[in-house]
Amino acid sequence: MSLTRQSGVPRWVLVPAALGAAFVVLPLVALATRVEWGSFFSLITSDSSRAALWLSLRTSAASTLLCVVFGVPMALVLARTTFRGQSLLRSIVLLPLVLPPVVGGIALLYTFGRKGLLGETIDVLGLQIAFSTTAVVIAQTFVALPFMVVSLEGTLRTAGERYEVVAATLGARPTTVLRRVTLPLVLPGLAAGAVLSFARALGEFGATITFAGSLEGVTRTLPLEIYLQRETDPDAAVALSLVLVVVAVLVIGLVRGTRSTAL
Amino acid sequence: MRRLAAALLLLVPLAGCSGGARDQADAPEKTLHVYAAASLQNAFTEIGKRFEDANDGVTVKFTFGGSSDLVAQIEQGAPADVFASADTANMDKAVKARVIGGVPQNFASNTLEIVTPPGNPAHIESLRDLTGRSAKVVVCAPEVPCGAAAARVEEAAGLRIKPVSEEQSVTDVLGKVISGEADAGLVYVTDVLGAGAKVHGVTFPESRQAVNTYPIASLRSTHDETLAAGFTDYVVGPEGQSVLSTYGFQKP
Repeated sequence: MSLTRQSGVPRWVLVPAALGAAFVVLPLVALATRVEWGSFFSLITSDSSRAALWLSLRTSAASTLLCVVFGVPMALVLARTTFRGQSLLRSIVLLPLVLPPVVGGIALLYTFGRKGLLGETIDVLGLQIAFSTTAVVIAQTFVALPFMVVSLEGTLRTAGERYEVVAATLGARPTTVLRRVTLPLVLPGLAAGAVLSFARALGEFGATITFAGSLEGVTRTLPLEIYLQRETDPDAAVALSLVLVVVAVLVIGLVRGTRSTAL
Repeated sequence: MRRLAAALLLLVPLAGCSGGARDQADAPEKTLHVYAAASLQNAFTEIGKRFEDANDGVTVKFTFGGSSDLVAQIEQGAPADVFASADTANMDKAVKARVIGGVPQNFASNTLEIVTPPGNPAHIESLRDLTGRSAKVVVCAPEVPCGAAAARVEEAAGLRIKPVSEEQSVTDVLGKVISGEADAGLVYVTDVLGAGAKVHGVTFPESRQAVNTYPIASLRSTHDETLAAGFTDYVVGPEGQSVLSTYGFQKP
């Protein structure tokens, strides 16, 4: 009960809090109880499972990189400048967070697809996006980008502009301020954003299956493989689900690690 | 998303517990819950309307989905009276899980057809044309019924299709062709008919090598065996069969 005294939380709050925690933990426990431990290792090391896991890790890493390349400048613009329509822009940028991924997939199809908005331009450039690994990375980046922007913009605002102003008055040029002051200051937030983006990309399903298709080694990421395996081999689906849960737990651990060094 | 839907479905009977008994005593209305394969959606919706017209006070409610999803939901206690599967494999699964009450009856069959966007831009004329590298072909994954049928057709014809994608369901294949992303796909005859002018169909003789049979059965969990049996008989009978044939289904 030291918890109650320390934080001043009314005791009754603990009941819904415990229920909420059980609501999250129980399904994971249920999942673990369904794992066929005898065949677990052979199920998760089958050719199709390994292809899916490897593809998932590669594409998630690529989309995390894109999230850093585009998300960091976006967060900087949103946090450090003011312009008309800024709040509208922020809402739009965050839209993929609340959009059903399938809707994102359909939207991407009408943008990058053969008959899409940019379809002909892409065709002229000799690129093929539909049904390619590139399409998977695009889908993942689309859904993961807001995590980077939200996380970093929050950190930028909390960090404040004091040091940047001082650096500027001492004669540092904007790029130097960004490189030497701002980015080192918000590095933990940036790392947390990158890890969250990676996690979101790893779990991406709806936009990928709608936009990129599903082919082993090319577009069939781990979530798609799980969804497909469920049709014929539920044991394999459960085993792979557990792998994804473990990866997610590791990712959360990483975020907590970077957060605690920030404090 | 489907999992969430399944979870919510499981909650429905809990919510209905209090009022259920009283409703039955007061009103003569009966509701029949039919779980049917996604490919049956159009045909069964019409059969359901006709069955309601022929039986006063009866409401037929449908849940359409992938056959294996439906089996999983029924196994987990979904409140279903009748199950209609898109293939015998999934009905066998349901029988093995001891959820089937009656004896499954085959009521329809379906074969594959090549589907292309209108105008057939890649000039697909035969199954062999799908093996070329120039055309983007999508099929169902071998794990789902339409993909198993496609694999049987390939084997019978001694051809190997190199798809750019193996989709989760026949509707996904159709969607990729309708949107023009793919040049051709393998779907059921009924899907080509259902999509109308949005697609172009190319029949091929090898399709006879993979006939999908649709079985239907009442479930052990039904509260009204007579009504459930009445519906399955209606589907197997002349009225049901005539509706199914207008949607392109063949006799079992």
